[in-house]
Order: sequence, then C-alpha cells, then structure tokens
Amino acid sequence: MAVKFDRRSFLKVVGGASLGALVGGGGKAQGYPPPPMTHQHPQAQQVLQRALAAHPQGYTFFNSAEAAFMEAVVARLIPSDALGPGGLEAGCAYFIDQQLNSMYGHGGRWYMQGPWEPGQPEQGYQLPLKPREIYRLGIAATNRYCARTYSRTFDRLSAQQKDTVLKGLEEGSVELGDLPARTFFNMMLSDTMKGYFADPAYGGNRGKVGWRLVGFPGVAAAYVGFIEQWGKPYEVDPVSIPDLLGGQAQVDEHGHPIHRPVARR
Amino acid sequence: MATELKPADVVLVGVGWTGGILAKELAQAGLKVVGLERGEPRDTNPDFQPPRIHDELRYAVYHELMQDLSRETISFRNNLQQRALPMRQQGSFLLGEGVGGSGVHWNGVTWRFLPWDFRALSATLERYGRGILPEDATVQDWGVTYEELEPYYDRFEYTCGIGGKAGNLKGQVQPGGNPFEGPRSREYPNPPMKVTRAMELFRRATAGLGFHPFVQPSANMTRPYTNPDGVQLNPCVYCGFCERFGCEVAAKSSPQVTVLPVAAKTGNFELRTHCNVVRVNLSPDKKRAVSVTYVDLRTGLEYVQPAELICLTSYVFNNVKLMLLSGIGQPYDPVKNEGVVGRNYAYQGFTNAGVFFDDKIMNSFMGAGALGMSIDDFNGDNFDHSSLGFIGGANIAVYQTGARPILSRPVPPGTPRWGPQWKQATARYYNRFFNIGAQGGVLSYRGHYLDLDPTYKDAYGLPLLRLTFDWGPNEIKASQYLAGVLRRIVEALKPSKSNVSPLPERYGIVTYQSTHNTGGAVMGADPKTSAVNRYLQSWDVPNVFVVGASAFPQNAGYNPTGTVGALAYWAADAIKNRYLKNPGPLVS
Repeated sequence: MAVKFDRRSFLKVVGGASLGALVGGGGKAQGYPPPPMTHQHPQAQQVLQRALAAHPQGYTFFNSAEAAFMEAVVARLIPSDALGPGGLEAGCAYFIDQQLNSMYGHGGRWYMQGPWEPGQPEQGYQLPLKPREIYRLGIAATNRYCARTYSRTFDRLSAQQKDTVLKGLEEGSVELGDLPARTFFNMMLSDTMKGYFADPAYGGNRGKVGWRLVGFPGVAAAYVGFIEQWGKPYEVDPVSIPDLLGGQAQVDEHGHPIHRPVARR
Repeated sequence: MATELKPADVVLVGVGWTGGILAKELAQAGLKVVGLERGEPRDTNPDFQPPRIHDELRYAVYHELMQDLSRETISFRNNLQQRALPMRQQGSFLLGEGVGGSGVHWNGVTWRFLPWDFRALSATLERYGRGILPEDATVQDWGVTYEELEPYYDRFEYTCGIGGKAGNLKGQVQPGGNPFEGPRSREYPNPPMKVTRAMELFRRATAGLGFHPFVQPSANMTRPYTNPDGVQLNPCVYCGFCERFGCEVAAKSSPQVTVLPVAAKTGNFELRTHCNVVRVNLSPDKKRAVSVTYVDLRTGLEYVQPAELICLTSYVFNNVKLMLLSGIGQPYDPVKNEGVVGRNYAYQGFTNAGVFFDDKIMNSFMGAGALGMSIDDFNGDNFDHSSLGFIGGANIAVYQTGARPILSRPVPPGTPRWGPQWKQATARYYNRFFNIGAQGGVLSYRGHYLDLDPTYKDAYGLPLLRLTFDWGPNEIKASQYLAGVLRRIVEALKPSKSNVSPLPERYGIVTYQSTHNTGGAVMGADPKTSAVNRYLQSWDVPNVFVVGASAFPQNAGYNPTGTVGALAYWAADAIKNRYLKNPGPLVS
C-alpha cells in the first residue's frame, strides 16, 4: 500500500522548508511526533478506549434542563441497539453544546442583515435567529408543549411518547409558537448526525462509534494500492485526528495513517 | 480618503484559475502584473496537511475554504414577480474566496465542451428549426469555435496534467475514449485514473445497453508529472478528501501548485491578498478604465490601483457585480429586453439515480475528486432530438469522490430519517451504494439574469447581486427524458433498491447541486447580445477583459473548468499578440 514518490521532484513542488512536515520519520515540524505504535497492543487499546469514554465533559452552553432535553433527544434520534452505541453514548448532546458556543452557533458565517421576510421555501433560511437562539427557544417551547400534553418535560416522557413528540416536530404538527417546529427539528437532526459522524476531536463520535457503525476509516490512508480490489472488505480500526496528533496511530512517509486491520461486527 | 498607488501594467481582480493563468502569461510577457485577491493565502504546506485537512466537519460542512457570507452573498428569487431574499447560508452552490479560488477545492473533472456547444443556436436551427426552442430561450453561439479553442484546451490540459484517454485524435475515433468528443491534436498528457467496482459495474451496464463508457478526464495525477512550465505534480493516492478540501500531496492541479509559482518566478507578478475590489474607475467618457478601488480587509482602508489593463478574473457573480457597480456595459433589462450585463445567466440541472445493493460493497470512502466513469451518448447533440422537444442533454456518470459520512449516508427511499430503522439502513447501505448523475446543460432565457438588489447590501455598503433563475421548459423536458435513460441503466445494474430523481418543478437555492454557475457577461459576435467580444474584451471599455464562466452564453452538460481554462489562455494570447500591439477594440 506504500506510495512511491520521486522524493526529489516532490520536494521541488512543496519547497524545501516543508520537508519535515511532509516526509515522516522525525517529522516533528508538523506537530506530531513519530508514532510510538502503542495502540497495536490489545491491552493498550483497551486503555485508550476507556480514556476516550472518560473524555471530560462539561456543558458550557446548555443549562441543566436543556442538557437533559438534548440528551433525551439524541438518544431517540440515534438509539443504542445491537448495532452499537447511539447518539447519547457518542456524546452528541455535548458536541452540540460545544458547537453552539462556536462560530456555527453564532451563525458567524451566515448573512444576517434584514429586512426579514419568510419568503418561499426555494429561498432557504430566512429567520433572524442564530442556531443557539433556535435551540434555546425550541427546547423551552417543546418542553412547554410536553408539560401541556403529558404534564412533564420531554426528558421524563416514555420512549414512545418521546418519539411521538419528535415526529410531531418533524412533521410540523407540534406548534412551537413563532418558531417553525420543522426548522428546530431539522437543525437538531442535522447537528446530531454531525456529532455522530464528525471527527472525535469535536467531542462527539466518542470511541469513533459512528465511523465503526458504517465502516468509515476516518483520516484517510493512501488507498491507491487497494482501490481496484473490487469487493474486498476494507475493515480497519478507524483513525481520528487526535489519534494522529497524539501519536496513537502509525503514519506513512507522507503523514497518512497506516490503518490497522480489525475484525468488524 | 483612498491612497493612490504606483501604476501597474495589469491588475487582475481575483486570483483563481483565470487570474492565475493570466498572471503567468502576462508576467512572462514582461508586464508588471498585480493580482488582487480578497481572501487568504493558502498552500499545500502547511494549510492542506493531514491529519487536519481530513476534517469533514470543518471543510465539507462548514466550508472553511469558502466565502464568508456574513460579508457578502447574493439574493435570489425564482422569477421577476417575486421579491428576492438573501442567500443566508451556502447551499445550491458554494461561493469561494482565497488564493487559488475554487481551483483549490474543486474535484478536477476537466472536459472540453463539444463542437456543437459553441454553435448551439446555429446548429439547432439547421437541424431542428426554431420550433424546438422555448419561445423565451436566448440561446446563442459563442463567437468562437471549438477548432479555434482546441490549442488552448490543449495548453490547459498539459498545464494541469490531465489523465484520460483520447476518443478522437485528429478526426480518428480512438478505442477507450469518448467517441463523441471534438478532434484533439494529441493524446492526454497522462493515462486515465483507476477503475473502482462502481465504475466497472456502470461500464458493463452501459456497454451492454450499446452506450460508450469511458474513464472521465481528471486533474488528479495518475503518475508523477512535470508540466511544460517545469512544475512537478505527484500521483493521487485516492484518499477521498478532494472536493471542498485542498490536496495534501500536490496531486490535484490547482493554481497555487501550477501557474502561480511560475508567475511569481518571473519577478513581474505581485500577489496582494485580503484586498477586496469594490469598483473599477472609468475615465469621464466611460471609454477607458483607469484604476480599481479596493479595501484592504486587514485595515479597512481604501486604495486606488491604477493600471493600463484591468482583467476581471473572479467568479461569475463578482465579475458581473463589478461591471454593474462600475458602469462597464449596459445593464440588462429583461422587461425591455435591452442591455447585456447580467444577461443569460445559466446553471446546471442534475437528474440523479441512486442504486443500493445488498450483496456488493463499494469501498466508497476511497476515491478521488475526478474519479468516474461516463457516457456521452446523451449529451449535446450526440443523439437525435427530432421527436423529443428539447435540445442539449447531459453527461451521465458514476463519480467516486469519496463518501464521507456526515454528508454521504444514503438510505433507500421510504427509510425514516432517524431511529432504529434509519440506523439499520445506514449501517447496511453506506458502503453498498452509488449514485449515477446526469449533469444537464441549461439554456439561457429572457427572464433568467443577474442585476443589483434594490434592498440588501454587503459589508461594504454595496448592493448584493440579485439572481433571478428557475428551471426552464427545456430543462424539465430534458430531465424527464434523462430519467428514462437512467432507469434503463438502473435496470441493467440489477440493484436491490433504487430511486431516480428528475429535476423538481422549481429551482431551489437550499440543497447543494453544483457550483457550475455561468453567464452574465457573455461572449459573442454581436454587442447587442453579448457583454464581451470573442476575446473576452468588453465591447464598451476595451482595456477591460472579463474572463471566466461568466462568458458562457448558456451552459453545457459538462463540468466547466476545462473550458474556463481554455478561454483564459485564449484571452491571454489575444492580449499578448493583438491588444498590446495596438491597444483598442479587437473587434469593431
């Protein structure tokens, strides 16, 4: 699977100054040391998994009620079952909390000048609300709906009741006042999926469970020697950005991980 | 007040593919060239290095390498009766900025348009008559022919090291290539890309139907390559992080690894980043451009850069916006059907088929931006339209760009969007699926155009550009027909589940479709229906050239970058060999 570059010609393109970053072996310039390869020992692997599972988590945007609401939501959107851990175990609620304190949560790269009009569906999002405001309003409004309908907040409903409420939000049949229920639901769904499948560096996809579910290897290796092996499964232990930055995965001479085969499912 | 700077010979507004090509060509010709780029500098190292570049959330979902819409966007409506509203989030297409432009994060699919495309109107009238065209279609010839552009396609392809197999060498059809393409003077510089299982299944199915499959041309290197400028590129490793990402191994041809370093080496090219041009300043009689005004985004201060020659080399929307803001050419008015700037905006319409297999894995996370298998049997005028009621068509292809799981998690139709059934279907089909896309050309119409929004402003207090666009009757009919072709291919593939999606009734700006926007400053032979002449020179202000897909009079069923690159070389030659000898209009 190793890729052969003509090293001299390669350097001409990328420039001599970048030598350390591109060719492995002592390439500390890039910010990650040569791989110690500890992960290859099963015991060390278990330690690593426990470490990941114990990733420190503190909600910095959601208050306690909001956090309870979101933990309940992500557990229903991606349930834990025989196929593996779900959105709750993957840390999706925490991921969303962190995102709402980031550029995304503030709508930092959205055009947010008025005047405001609802417009046509073809014209896309036209609310003056940032994602963090949508969550704050949406969670409160949904909990009010649940209190009216079931006399308790969303997180304390039965699984079936939770699914009924979520379906109502998805279809727009649950009224949230000024906030369109579908907008709130679609944002929660999209953000939960981001949390389940994004690099674990962002606080979700803990233990790379999302990647393991579908068989995505994470940070890509050089696949040039494998891509024409039609139908041959590529079953490897996925590799994340923190794995590589922390020296927990072996890399080839150009900084791509060398994926470790694993028996999956 | 604005600070006036020392004059340059040439100012380029925007430094992507077209700006990069002009920078190299004109700086090599001895001109002092200043490139003004509003975005950031960025390069293979350190910006695109693994592992950080393999971050789907940052680059593919949050569009790290693209335009910050909080500063500037466009507004959109489907038709003249609606009120346009701002595109508040990136969606249908991804606006870019930064050194290298979209050339940094493109896929690298590099086509030539068909000889037919350049004379779409004449050829249609000859073969089918006016009656086949919708009444308000404004399709027209380009004013340049395929044969004239052939040497310039060749230069772009050799600059980029395109991998492919010629289908037509000097009129002789070649086995293994695209038999429908126009004649090439020589073979591609590099061999075609590797063939994946999905591509092979598509090849067998389409060949079995009597169609003509071939591996599509790619700017992802298939072997180490040294281009005619002495620039070296490395082979692609098929990592599957290409579109929306920069390439970590300099295996994807991009301006910053090809033309820009060569331009810099001449000593005649100065690249200024974080400089947003807000206006081209004209002489009092409006017949000559004297300078550009730009804002340095690091200080907020305004500068005036005088130049003898000004080339607008940004994306479609900003080329047109700057013309409108500066008074270069008459703005288009769709009601009176007068004016040219903003006229003939077009796009592309994708008809898609998804195929799901229970018994075949695809390893679809492996891939390369331009990796794919195509047929061209239903593109351009490669098939008889007599009884069909539309013109043009689509390239039909299976692409394997790399399925990254936040955005690429196909589930069969009817699957819930969440919950246990969703989870089961996702686990089952993520790696047992591929998509077949028909990349449909789009005609131009009287009511589809670009102008300045009357209400919404950008961060500089200037009006947003307003886009008025919808699918026309030609595109809807073509899509229905192409859906039928896709159904035949799907049937031959024998998947366990499938879905075929023709174009919806109305165009929407929300879902990503393609960043193949065209027109608004179209080229042509008649100043009444084109903003620039056949050399991409403004009819009204002859020391302004407007280079890019803004010059396409309508859009073909192909990725546009090959043609954009060819036009940039074509315009550069016109400037060097004609304009400089006798500055003035090149066509009277």
